[in-house]
Formats: sequence, structure tokens, C-alpha cells
Amino acid sequence: MLENLFVGTADWLRSLLGGIGFLPTEIAESIVLLVKLVAVLVFILVNALWLVYMERKVAAFMQARIGPNRVGPWGLLQTTCDIGKLISKEIIIPKKADKVVFLLAPVLIFLPPLMVFAVLPLGKNMAALDLNIGVFYLLAIASLSTLFFFMGGWASNSKYSLLGAMRTVAQMVSYELPLVLSLLGVIMIVGSLNLSDIIAAQEHTWLIFTQPIAFLIFFIAAVAETNRCPFDLVEGESEIINGPYTEYGGMGFAMFFLAEYANIMVVCAMATIMFLGGWHAPFGLTFIPSWVWFFIKMYVLIFIVMQFRWTYPRIRIDQLMGFGWKVLVPLSLANIFVTGIGMYIYRAIGW
Amino acid sequence: METSIYAVVAFYGLAATILGAATMVVFMRNIVHSVLFLAITFIAMAGLFLSLDADFIAAVQVLVYAGAVCIMIVLGIMVIQRTDMNETNLFNKQIMAGAGLTALTVAFGAIFAGRTAWVELVAADAVPANTVDAIGALLLSKYVIPFEVAALLLLVALVGAIVLARDEEVQANADN
Repeated sequence: MLENLFVGTADWLRSLLGGIGFLPTEIAESIVLLVKLVAVLVFILVNALWLVYMERKVAAFMQARIGPNRVGPWGLLQTTCDIGKLISKEIIIPKKADKVVFLLAPVLIFLPPLMVFAVLPLGKNMAALDLNIGVFYLLAIASLSTLFFFMGGWASNSKYSLLGAMRTVAQMVSYELPLVLSLLGVIMIVGSLNLSDIIAAQEHTWLIFTQPIAFLIFFIAAVAETNRCPFDLVEGESEIINGPYTEYGGMGFAMFFLAEYANIMVVCAMATIMFLGGWHAPFGLTFIPSWVWFFIKMYVLIFIVMQFRWTYPRIRIDQLMGFGWKVLVPLSLANIFVTGIGMYIYRAIGW
Repeated sequence: METSIYAVVAFYGLAATILGAATMVVFMRNIVHSVLFLAITFIAMAGLFLSLDADFIAAVQVLVYAGAVCIMIVLGIMVIQRTDMNETNLFNKQIMAGAGLTALTVAFGAIFAGRTAWVELVAADAVPANTVDAIGALLLSKYVIPFEVAALLLLVALVGAIVLARDEEVQANADN
């Protein structure tokens, strides 16, 4: 019953629209798709709100504090309250800012996470769209966010923002390479770019066990891609005052802030799909619905990402670049090589 | 080729976007705006590929050019030093050279458009659902030489970048 909650809802909506009769199937289908996409958007926003709260709580517990605890039970409404405050703030545009680009950046920054979540299979048969080239699409769309960060930083026309924008480009372009290369091992083993196929291939063995190094590389590169500590040089509160967002106030800042958490969700969901078996239940615990499993895995990864931030100090920019190009890239290339040889040996043995 | 009303609307919308954005790339006076319009052009091109069921090429278009656009802006900002950003992408007086080049491009475009057998292309079979396998097989069999040459070119570019960016300190130490 619970397993098919969302799939059933979609089917019900489809049959309801079909029952109206006079609607052509294309229109009915696009309405169903629209509903799915709006659901995805609401899902991302609610999760991003929750993640801000979770981050503050995790941080507080790691520092032996209590954290937000005034607004609502256990401070649960704290972020809702914060967003209300940010919405009501005046939108300040610096005099010498590039106005159109400045205003467009926080609007567009939410586009990549939304477009990515539209294709992620969040549970059994639960991809809003099932693409043949899923993995490739994900990487292509995720790479777009660099541009939007850069737009925000450049248009602010402030030194800190420009520095942050330059760092965004340098860091994201560098860490995209190990990110993509680490996924190649997975794709070689599965033999498909389709996300549903990749999950189906992990029914018995999660790929984290066959590709442990690829998982580590992917996870590190993903943390760097989302500008999280210890790779948060792009924002670097203490050195360049939040980088690209320095000049943003109110809702513009909130959009960047929420987009950061949406991006964390995206990379953790990707890691779940690629390496942790997606919605497959471990140990045959199938009485828990597949989408619950997906969220448990995703949130475990998100927790690890948050825990990083309060465990490690920020690294220097040359260390960051050196680590990316001299350690992660060669390691991921070696992983591809070893995977290829391993696959031939397995095939020769006849497993 | 699909000729439903949606496909036609999508084609004309994308074509207008591409042409409009490409024109803005030329006419914008600020180099960063130009490159941002270039990004719009590339993404609309990806949409055009999508409308032809070439989803893999569309993703390549976005993946490769979105990154390239960022790097282009960064280079543009770092290389061009003007106090006013609105004077970074101006027109120059090379009218004759520009006209010649444009005429050449148009002429070649016309020649190749005339020589293409459009009817056969349109009458081709439906696009297979999974194009990636076929592209991969072709790249490593029929087109393996161009593929490897492209890889070599990238390697040369990579080595060149390392040589250019090599630390002075390293060279100083190399003498010792």
C-alpha cells in the first residue's frame, strides 16, 4: 500500500484526467508531468528548509550546544521563520551592479537542482521522467550551476564577489573531472547510462562494494562541487565574506542558500543511486517502502557531509587544486583502468 | 521527422532564440553579456538536438559548452583590462576583412546546403531509442582514427598548459 503511494497517486490522476474525456492524451500527460514537477519543486524546497534546520542542529550537537529551540517544538519552525524574515527584507541592488544579471542569478540558481530531481528515481517506478542517458543528463545539468554562481559573483561588481566567482569556476571545473571519471567505473560495470538500469543492477550487490575507490572520489568531488567545507573556498566566510553572495540580501541570498542545500541533496541522491543501490532495501527489509529507503540512504550521506563541515578545517586554494588534479584525477583514471581489467578477468573466469 | 504542431512550434521557438541570442552576442558591448548570450545560444541548440531525438548530443552540448562558457568569461575578464566593462566588446573598422569572411561563410554554407540530399535525410527511419550504444561502437570502430587524433590533440593542449603554467620556482630549482 505505502510502497505504491506516489505511483498510485500519479495513476489515479492520469485516470481521472482520462475520465474527463474531452482532453487529448498529450494534454493529460503534460498535466500529470506538470503536477509531478511541481511536487518535485515542493519536495526540494521543504527538504532544503529542513536541511538548514538540520545543519544548525548537527552543528550545535557537535559543539555541545542545543541549537535552535525557541520557535515551534524543538525549534522546528526556526527556518520557516528565517525565510519569512528574508522575504520581508528589502532587495538591495548595489549601484554599480549589473542589474539584470544580478537579479537573474538567484532566480536561475534553483534551476539545475530542479531539473536534476525531475529525472531521479526516488523509489520503485518513481522517476518523474526516465531518461535513457540519465547519468549524462545529470552531469550536464549539474555543470550549469557553475555559470549561475559566476553570474551572481560577477554581477555584484564587488571584489570579494568576483574573487568568489573566479574560485567557483576554478574549483567546480577542476572537481567536475574526477566526479565524471569516478562515475565511469559504475557505467562500465552496469553498461547503461539509464538511472533505473543502474539501480536494477545493484539489486544484489551495491556498487560501493565493487567500486569503493570510485565512491570515495565521487563523494569528495561532490562535496567540493557543492562548496561545502573543507572545500568551501568559494564562500569562505572568514576570508571573502561568502564570495558570490556578499552583495545579496533578503530573498536573493535565501535563494543561494537554499540552492546550496538543494545541491547537497542532488549529489547525495546521485551517490545513493550510483553506489548505494538507490531504493533497494538492504537485508531484504522490503516491508519498508522503497522511497523510504532512498531517503534514509540520502540523509545518512547528507549527515556525513554536514559532519565534515564541523570536523575539518578549510584547506588552502593551492592545496585544493593540487589535491584535485594530482590525487583525485589520477586515482579516478587508475580506477577506470583497474575496473576494465577486472571486468575482463571476471568475464574470463566466467562469473 | 516529426511534423506535429508541438514539434513545429518548438522548432521555430528554438530557432528564433538561437538567432536572437547569436545576434546579441555580436551586438552586446559588454563581453560578459555577450558570453552569457552565447550560453543561451548553446542551450537552445541543445534543445534543437533534443527535438531531433538526439538526446546524447544535446547533453554533450550542455556539458561541454556550459563549462566552456564559464572559462571564456573568466578569460575575458582576466585578459581584457578596461576600466569600463561596457567597452570590452566594441566594433572595429575591419569592414573589408569582415565582409569577405562573412561572404565566404555564407557561400560555403550555401554550397553544402545545396549538396546535401535533404529528401533522403528526412525520409530516414525513426531514431533508435538508445543512441549511446551506436555512437560508442562507431567511435571505437569506424571513426577510431579521428577519435584518437582528437585525444592526442587534447593531450598536447594539456601538456602545453602545464608547460606554460609551470612554477618559476621549479625551474630555478631545476638548475641546482
